[in-house]
Amino acid sequence: MSADPEILDRLETRFPGAITRVEAVDQPTCLIPKDAVRAVALYLRDEEGYRMCIDVAGVDYHPDRPRFEVVYHLYHPERRARLRVKCRVGEEEEVASVTPIWPGADWPEREAYDLLGIRFAGHPNLTRIYMPDDWEGHPLRKDYPLRGTRID
Amino acid sequence: MASLGPEAKAGEMPPDSPFVRGAEAGPELSEETMVINLGPQHPSTHGVLRVRLTLDGERVVDAEPVIGYLHTGFEKTAESLTWQQANTVTDRLDYLSPMSNNLAYVLAVEKLMNLEVPKRAQYIRVLFAELTRIASHLVWLGTHVMDLGAMSLFFYTMREREVLLDIIEATTGVRMNPSYFRVGGLAYDLPDGFHEKVRDFLKEFPRWMKMYRNLFEDNPLILERLQGVAVVSREQCYAYSVTGPILRATGVARDLRKDEPYSSYEEFEFEVPTRTEGDALARFWVRVEEMYESHKIMEQALEKITPHGPYTTSDRKVALPPRDEIYGNMEALIHQFKLVTEGFSVPRGEVYQAVEGPRGEMGYYLVSDGGPRPYRWRARTPSFYNLQTLPLMCRDGLVADVITTIGSIDIMLGDVDK
Amino acid sequence: MALSDEQKEMERSILLTSVEKMARWAQKSSLWPATFGLACCAIEMMSVTNSRYDLARFGSEVFRASPRQADLMIVAGRVTQKMAPVLRTIWEQMPEPKWVISMGACASSGGVFDNYAIIQGVDHIVPVDVYVPGCPPNPEALMYGILKLQEKIAQGLPPKYKELEARMVREAQGA
Repeated sequence: MSADPEILDRLETRFPGAITRVEAVDQPTCLIPKDAVRAVALYLRDEEGYRMCIDVAGVDYHPDRPRFEVVYHLYHPERRARLRVKCRVGEEEEVASVTPIWPGADWPEREAYDLLGIRFAGHPNLTRIYMPDDWEGHPLRKDYPLRGTRID
Repeated sequence: MASLGPEAKAGEMPPDSPFVRGAEAGPELSEETMVINLGPQHPSTHGVLRVRLTLDGERVVDAEPVIGYLHTGFEKTAESLTWQQANTVTDRLDYLSPMSNNLAYVLAVEKLMNLEVPKRAQYIRVLFAELTRIASHLVWLGTHVMDLGAMSLFFYTMREREVLLDIIEATTGVRMNPSYFRVGGLAYDLPDGFHEKVRDFLKEFPRWMKMYRNLFEDNPLILERLQGVAVVSREQCYAYSVTGPILRATGVARDLRKDEPYSSYEEFEFEVPTRTEGDALARFWVRVEEMYESHKIMEQALEKITPHGPYTTSDRKVALPPRDEIYGNMEALIHQFKLVTEGFSVPRGEVYQAVEGPRGEMGYYLVSDGGPRPYRWRARTPSFYNLQTLPLMCRDGLVADVITTIGSIDIMLGDVDK
Repeated sequence: MALSDEQKEMERSILLTSVEKMARWAQKSSLWPATFGLACCAIEMMSVTNSRYDLARFGSEVFRASPRQADLMIVAGRVTQKMAPVLRTIWEQMPEPKWVISMGACASSGGVFDNYAIIQGVDHIVPVDVYVPGCPPNPEALMYGILKLQEKIAQGLPPKYKELEARMVREAQGA
């Protein structure tokens, strides 16, 4: 179903021991340690040609630890192949920003910071994007009430 | 603003004037720049977009979009609803093409559940997805040309959009935000006289387009303002995750309907219009030609749709049983009660499904924990990514071209701000 | 008694009314809305000015980009926490007398978005004269809302903010 089914094999050869395959119904998926994000991203862009970062999403697995999962959806324009790379990151930890590698990741990373509080090291402008600058808390976290902290 | 030099005669523009387009006006002319706030309440920003413009005379040094004025909390709200209910919030993301959003979402859930949808429902989905694409492009065409100063086309496109909205209203009961596609199929069957209504539209459409083309095709004022403005290259599009007509205007025939066919698109014949210039004019033509292709697809879809037949899956664990069954059949009553009170469960897992919306790749990343509600409901909206190129396109252009650029990116603020 | 030609001419061309009624009539027939499209409802607000619905019949088609030139604010769409101060500023910039129509479920009550980001009703921010229900309301519904507002003006009822002011004064005096 995927246009590039061997990509996980090549990743495993290149980064032995760092790649954990994850079963998914739609596209090749793997879990990597958060310290490997930069190296894997550079490899995927420069050597494999995954030049598009379709999406960066954060998922809050509270109360699991490490708390967050950052999900990168990548795309290969020539092979028209998709790849999903994930990494777990804790609340007090930082994960390397991929904005220097894929400039399109700028806003989605800011969004993940704004709504979930995931911190990206090396991001050029890691500020709130949706909520007002003086907003307290990160609304998309599972322990944040749906109706916020307002008083009606 | 830089003043005219003392040597310049009255009424004559010095060659290094900032009013001269492009790079002729060097940055050494004046050191001072001016910061201007465009929006969030501005008639030409198509909603509540705010752009922080740094200007050197008429030349744009930087244009930084400031967003979030319409941040609605879609993701948080959807995570508090059941899988079927969460469909209703997808309508309101990109409210000019609600059916595309619906389609991406229901396809994602169906993929996760491995659910089979009747062919007839798939064709109806295709027809409505293309119908909303035309409706969305009509609004874009009208407002974009209005931004350039041509008012009349807007009245024509909005008038003709009403015909499309009538078809939607006859089918779903509402003009906008219909939530017509449901997980498993459609909400209800087509109304009587549907085929005639759509056939009338399909017959009229080429005539409309001919009239529009008369208004803009050889209009030097419009062409002059679009040509060479807001240029992006193919590699820039890749780097900034740009999809849809903007990418296709740089010569890439990336269309998910062809690349990753969904909802039986592989059975339809159509072209993917592309241009190579990457400027506002190229995007303009890509979108105009896309409307013809959508028309072509709708014609084929209408042929395939039979007046009567199944419109939703027969899986009673997902789709509501028909009314008459509920009153006579105990089991149907139980299914109906369960579905309405707690909804269905989706197997544990994650999925990403994208469709080619009018503005680009509209995708959903869903994570299920096996329960009746989405654990993570993430919308990958095209405008959010496309808008990131605004500084790139505006830099070194003129202030007047900023409005053209915003129009040619074709943003939808509900889509940007989620 | 037969009227002379002169008297007939007078009957035809002179209209007696009070200045107040005249002013009200002028006000109600030329409500100029400020362009304040926020979300989905803004598209229906655009539709209402277009040829099929043609709001010009009721004198309200002139959408002004500047709040200084408008006396009606149609809040069309969901108002977010970030947008609320902007909305209030724009309302304050409008010259008096001014009216507000809250268009759609989101503006009136938050609608389906009962969450952290959306103001649960724009009447928390500005005083609202007419609420138009719907998600989004049909253009006809918005038109009906504008006609209701015209009725209100013709009857000489004060705008909502004046009403609130008067109530506050009364309460202060009573206390």
